[in-house]
Amino acid sequence: MIRTYALLAWTWTRAAAQYPVSFALMTAGGVVVGGLDIAAIWVIFANTGTLAGFGLTEVMFLYGASQLAFALADLLFGNLDRISRHIVSGTLDVMLIRPAAPFVQVASDRFTPHRIGRSIQAGAVLAVGLSRLDVPLGRVWMVPVMVVSGVVIFAALFTLGGALQFLLTAAPEVANAFTYGGATLTQYPLSVYDPRIVRGLTFGLPLAFVNWQPGLYVLGRPDPLGLPSWTGLLSPAAALALAAVAALAWRAGIRRYRSTGS
Amino acid sequence: MIEADGAGRTFRVRGRVVHAVRDLSFRVAAGEFVACLGPNGAGKSTTIKMLTGILTPTSGRVRVAGLDPSRRRTALARRIGVVFGQRTTLWWDLPLRDSLELVRLLYKVDRKVFRERLDEMCDLLDLGGFLATPVRQLSLGQRMRGDIAAALLHDPVVLVLDEPTIGLDVVSKAEVRDFLRRRCAEHGTTVLLTTHDLGDVERLCRRVLLIDHGRLAFDGTVDELRATAPGRASIEDVVAELYLRSRTTPRTPPLPLPAPDGPSATA
Ligand SMILES: Nc1ncnc2c1ncn2[C@@H]1O[C@H](COP(=O)(O)OP(=O)(O)OP(=O)(O)O)[C@@H](O)[C@H]1O
Ligand SMILES: [Mg+2]
Repeated sequence: MIRTYALLAWTWTRAAAQYPVSFALMTAGGVVVGGLDIAAIWVIFANTGTLAGFGLTEVMFLYGASQLAFALADLLFGNLDRISRHIVSGTLDVMLIRPAAPFVQVASDRFTPHRIGRSIQAGAVLAVGLSRLDVPLGRVWMVPVMVVSGVVIFAALFTLGGALQFLLTAAPEVANAFTYGGATLTQYPLSVYDPRIVRGLTFGLPLAFVNWQPGLYVLGRPDPLGLPSWTGLLSPAAALALAAVAALAWRAGIRRYRSTGS
Repeated sequence: MIEADGAGRTFRVRGRVVHAVRDLSFRVAAGEFVACLGPNGAGKSTTIKMLTGILTPTSGRVRVAGLDPSRRRTALARRIGVVFGQRTTLWWDLPLRDSLELVRLLYKVDRKVFRERLDEMCDLLDLGGFLATPVRQLSLGQRMRGDIAAALLHDPVVLVLDEPTIGLDVVSKAEVRDFLRRRCAEHGTTVLLTTHDLGDVERLCRRVLLIDHGRLAFDGTVDELRATAPGRASIEDVVAELYLRSRTTPRTPPLPLPAPDGPSATA
């Protein structure tokens, strides 16, 4: 799986390298978009000292963690949302006759390395935020765990969105609402939202486990909803549960696949 | 090598159920060359898609090279080669050479073996002139040769082709046919192809399957097919008459069913 992904991604990277100008422009574009998000946070803090009770460095930490997870998931699995195009154009038929999982082929198709720019930027924000916080060593180990869990959660959302497109061809927009929408939601401390939304994101669609619950654990903060502090440690479990649901949905989608009439 | 037992596939189209293929049973033995004929919309491509694991049958079962295609898709992919005349299996944006190299890596073909096979195919299919051209810029005939080469690089035991000569000029057609006949006979490859070009049948295949309205309407040799419409001069006329007969009686099998002593007995 990983070998095949690397192989296909490397092929597309080489193909993209034949157009260095467009590569540079797209990388710059991604960094500008990320820069605007960061600018928005600065504007908020220029006016108020805190955001829903969180200081600038804490918000940088939460923002960096969720955006790094999203950028990595988008880099590796973002192309799953193009599956309806593969279905309509018949390229999915071709993927199904090759000796590699169609999931890997769709995810790596037209792999675009310029999305790495976004990850580096988010990683830098996370690093700066962390370096200014005094997180005790006993809790710092949770940071990589939460980033990886976040990657898995977003990857599962991309997969669910892809699986949905076997049923509805208009689904890319619906799917994007969950993936890109999820990335936007988790930029800020979830306490800025209505508690009902936060409950939904904890017990329903587990976006709270991307950076909010594990972030509270790392920061040593009590949960405004009153959940115990070890809730944050459940991130890997939440991520795996969502990934299992996504894998089942994907398999069901492939089995229901009906190709095109020509 | 290829088996279908009561295989069927339905599609739900705006609430209605379309039977693309129904109750299809046939066997193809190792090393056979079989053509699958049938009017437009008969269910040929749907059959091919079930045999290659793209579509899961909604009834009955199929087996290819000893595997259930839709359940063992990846394992099957290593044993079969597939060519779609209507669309390429190569990567649109990559030069043909890189596409073939990627096929080599995906199918884990040894580098030295690959070189030998590629050299042989470059020779026989005349690929040399456009190996460096991106697939999107190839002419239809060039692309088809590239696709056929790609389908054979891992030396599959079964080769399935859906309209491999569609859109080719007379010379290219002859070259592609010659290549397929020679190469598959040498390697003992089992071949199933669909076509609307009866030249393919006459040049390549001893045995014909005729699919009509999703059912098997004839299974036998080309000579037996001729015998079903005596007095017709060319095989074109025979098939035209069969297709026309089936239009007027769409519900019942329009033709005598499988010849008992046809080459269909073993698998
Ligand atoms: N994905 C699909 N969704 C709905 N109906 C389909 C689909 N694929 C095929 N069909 C229907 O199934 C029937 C058989 O189609 P198929 O493509 O197998 O025919 P064919 O024999 O390959 O025809 P042709 O010679 O025109 O290529 C047709 O009525 C077609 O409309
Ligand atoms: Mg067809």
